[in-house]
Amino acid sequence: MSDNAESPTETQKEEPQPPPDDATTNEEKKKIDVLLKAVGDTPIMKTRKWAMERGRTVQSLAQFISRFLKLEASEQLFIYVNQSFAPSPDQEVGALFDCFGSDGKLVLHYCKSQAWG
Amino acid sequence: MADDKDVLRDVWFGRIPTCFTLSQDEATEREAEPYYLLLPRVSYLTLVTDKVKKHFLKAMRTEDVEEMWFEYEGTPLKWHNPIGVLFDLHASNTVLPWSITVHFKNFPDSDLLHCPSNSVIEAHFMSSIKEADALKHKGQVVNDMQKKDHKQLWMGLQNDKFDQFWAMNRKLMEYPTEEGGFRYIPFRIYQTTSDRPFIQKLFRPVSPEGNTHTLGDLLKAMYPDALTNDGEQKRYQVVIHGIEPLLETPLQWLSEHLSHPDNFLHICVIPAPSD
Repeated sequence: MSDNAESPTETQKEEPQPPPDDATTNEEKKKIDVLLKAVGDTPIMKTRKWAMERGRTVQSLAQFISRFLKLEASEQLFIYVNQSFAPSPDQEVGALFDCFGSDGKLVLHYCKSQAWG
Repeated sequence: MADDKDVLRDVWFGRIPTCFTLSQDEATEREAEPYYLLLPRVSYLTLVTDKVKKHFLKAMRTEDVEEMWFEYEGTPLKWHNPIGVLFDLHASNTVLPWSITVHFKNFPDSDLLHCPSNSVIEAHFMSSIKEADALKHKGQVVNDMQKKDHKQLWMGLQNDKFDQFWAMNRKLMEYPTEEGGFRYIPFRIYQTTSDRPFIQKLFRPVSPEGNTHTLGDLLKAMYPDALTNDGEQKRYQVVIHGIEPLLETPLQWLSEHLSHPDNFLHICVIPAPSD
């Protein structure tokens, strides 16, 4: 699934964060905040917090991270939610945010090898 | 739940008669006859089609063979969705057998995930179960299981062993009686009229006032267009495992009985037949 893998926009540090518990705002907001965390010996990203289109798929996000970290084409990248499961590659980050986000952001872990089951 | 065990059995043993035909674009050495198979609704295409592959490879030269993939009337079939979901979504209200076209080249990378081995299916399946349990029990039940318990769920599906699978899966279906159901219902709503993969949000089996949520309540909240208003002609069918459950059916009951082995309730919203 090769969605356009253009970069998500980096969150402006000085930009005020939207109120996390306002469901209506989140519903109408086109972009969500995603926090990316490296696992094990996978390189970290200097920018950890990204504003992403709700419709971006997990696969397109993985492609973006791989490119950002300049991984070899042969290297895989796994993305995890709740440090427990790898979401389906065609799943949208917006749906993950709705189900597993907290405090107004979605935390995703990424890893070059299978980290959790 | 024990009273409704027959439903679990009927769901598990649901089959779709299917005719596989080799795509005309494929180069063959001799004519390839169609291949017929009864596909288990709850399984995955790439898990149950070894025989199909073997059959068509006999007619082909090895250098013409790349990764096998399937298509129905121009739509590449996503193996990572359960077979029953693919059928209900794309081929409901058509004549049986289901006519699937088999390809061995021009893999549509933009539409399908690669499936180089059964371990890819296993990883996908176990991830779905973990995601579902994260919604149902904050992941506590699946995390308390041992590696061999996870294996038992997978082997049960892979080898079509109902008892083996359900001996373990029943633990994933438990909940505290006083809460009246799971924390959230793991569901996915698929539609043919959108490019979006599916609708998935948080939805509780019981309302804050203590009322039981039904299938109708879920659709009203997630996809109101799927419902028919009074005096209106029916535009959509809401299909689970090939049937249209009553909208009054409690969601918790549906989740326990009509979920796929991946523990998600897969709901297809398809256009109602016009005749």
